[in-house]
Amino acid sequence: MDTQSYFPVPPGVGMEENFLSLDDILLSHERLPIRTECTFPRLGFLEKSSDTQDIPEGTKMELPLWLTKGLYERKRKVVSVELPKVYREGWRTVFSADPNVVDLHKMGPYYYGLGSQMLHFDSPENPEIAQTLLQTFIARFRRTMDSSQNAYNEDTSALVERLDCLEKALFRSGQSGLNGFQSWEKGQASQLTASSLVLNYRKRKITDVQP
Amino acid sequence: GGLCLHQENEAKSEGRAELIPSIKLRHCCLLRNQRCVTAYLYDRLLRIRALRWEYGSVLPANVRFHMCAEELQWFSQYKKSLASFMRSLGGDEGLDITQDMKPPKSLYIEVRCLKDHGEFEIDDGTVILLKKNSQHFLPRWKCELLIRQGVLEHVVS
Repeated sequence: MDTQSYFPVPPGVGMEENFLSLDDILLSHERLPIRTECTFPRLGFLEKSSDTQDIPEGTKMELPLWLTKGLYERKRKVVSVELPKVYREGWRTVFSADPNVVDLHKMGPYYYGLGSQMLHFDSPENPEIAQTLLQTFIARFRRTMDSSQNAYNEDTSALVERLDCLEKALFRSGQSGLNGFQSWEKGQASQLTASSLVLNYRKRKITDVQP
Repeated sequence: GGLCLHQENEAKSEGRAELIPSIKLRHCCLLRNQRCVTAYLYDRLLRIRALRWEYGSVLPANVRFHMCAEELQWFSQYKKSLASFMRSLGGDEGLDITQDMKPPKSLYIEVRCLKDHGEFEIDDGTVILLKKNSQHFLPRWKCELLIRQGVLEHVVS
C-alpha cells in the first residue's frame, strides 16, 4: 500500500526490534548456526538428521533468530551461537578493503539487521563486528543516496540488486522524494488522484472470494 | 511469562528440572505465534485507519466483507473520534481536515466521469448527470471525495 495515510510499524534501530514491525518479524526468521549446550528432552523430532527422542548436548543445528534469542542466556549455557561467515574476520577484512563491491543482498539480505542482532550473543568479536557494520554502512551510504537522487523514471533494478534491505528502504525513500519533487515541478502536486487503496481493492471482487 | 514460570516451577518441584530447556523452547514458540498474530492484526488496523482518510467514512462492500466485527466496530469508533476532533477545530463550524489534502489551486475544477454514477446535486440546486466519459466543470469541494473513490478523474490542462 503506497499511500499517504498508511504508516506501518518501522523496524527497530540497532539492537532493538520493534515487536509489531513486520520487517523485524521477517528479519528474526533468519537462521543461525548454533550448538546446544544442554539436552533438550523429547524434542528430538526437531532435529531431522538423527532419530533420537531428545536433542543431546553438543548438537549442531540451525535455529531461527527469534528462537535463538529466546533460548540464549548469558549466565547459563543453553545454546552457543556461531557467527555466520559474513560477520567473521575473513569477510570483515574484505569489507574494510572496499565495501562498495560487495553484494549485500546475497550476503544478507539483512546484513545490517542480522549483524546488529548478533551482538546479543556476547561474542568476543562484538566490538569488531559493530565497527565493521558501521563503517560499511557509512562507506556505502553515499553511493546509495546519490543514485536514488539521480535515477529518475528509469529501471533501477541494477542499482538496487546488490543492496541489503536497509539500503533498499533508504533508496526507495530517496526515490520517493525525487518523484515527489519532479511531480511538483510539473504542476502535478495539486492534481487530485484516486486513492491507490481503492484501485487495489477493486481488483478483488466478492465473487472471487466466495467458494 | 507467567505460564512458563508455572511449568518450570512444577518441573523443579517434581525433580524434573532437565525438562526446563524444552519448556522454555516451547514457550518461545508460543510467544512467537502470539507476536505474529498481534502484528498481523495491528497492521490490518493501520490499513483500516488509512481507509478513512483515503476513501471516506463509508467503506465499500467488498472491503467491509473482509473485515471482522471487531474491526468494523473499531472503524466506527475511529470515525466518531475523528469527527468530534474535526468539530472542535475552526471555531463554531468545525473544519473538515480530510478535504483539501493537496493544496487547492482553484475553486472549480474540470473532471471526467470514469463510470456511471447517476445524478449529482450541487449547492445551487443544479442536478448533473454523471455518465461515463462526460466532462464537467464543478466545485472542487464537491468532487474531492468522488475523485478519491475513483468515480471522477481530475483533468489538468
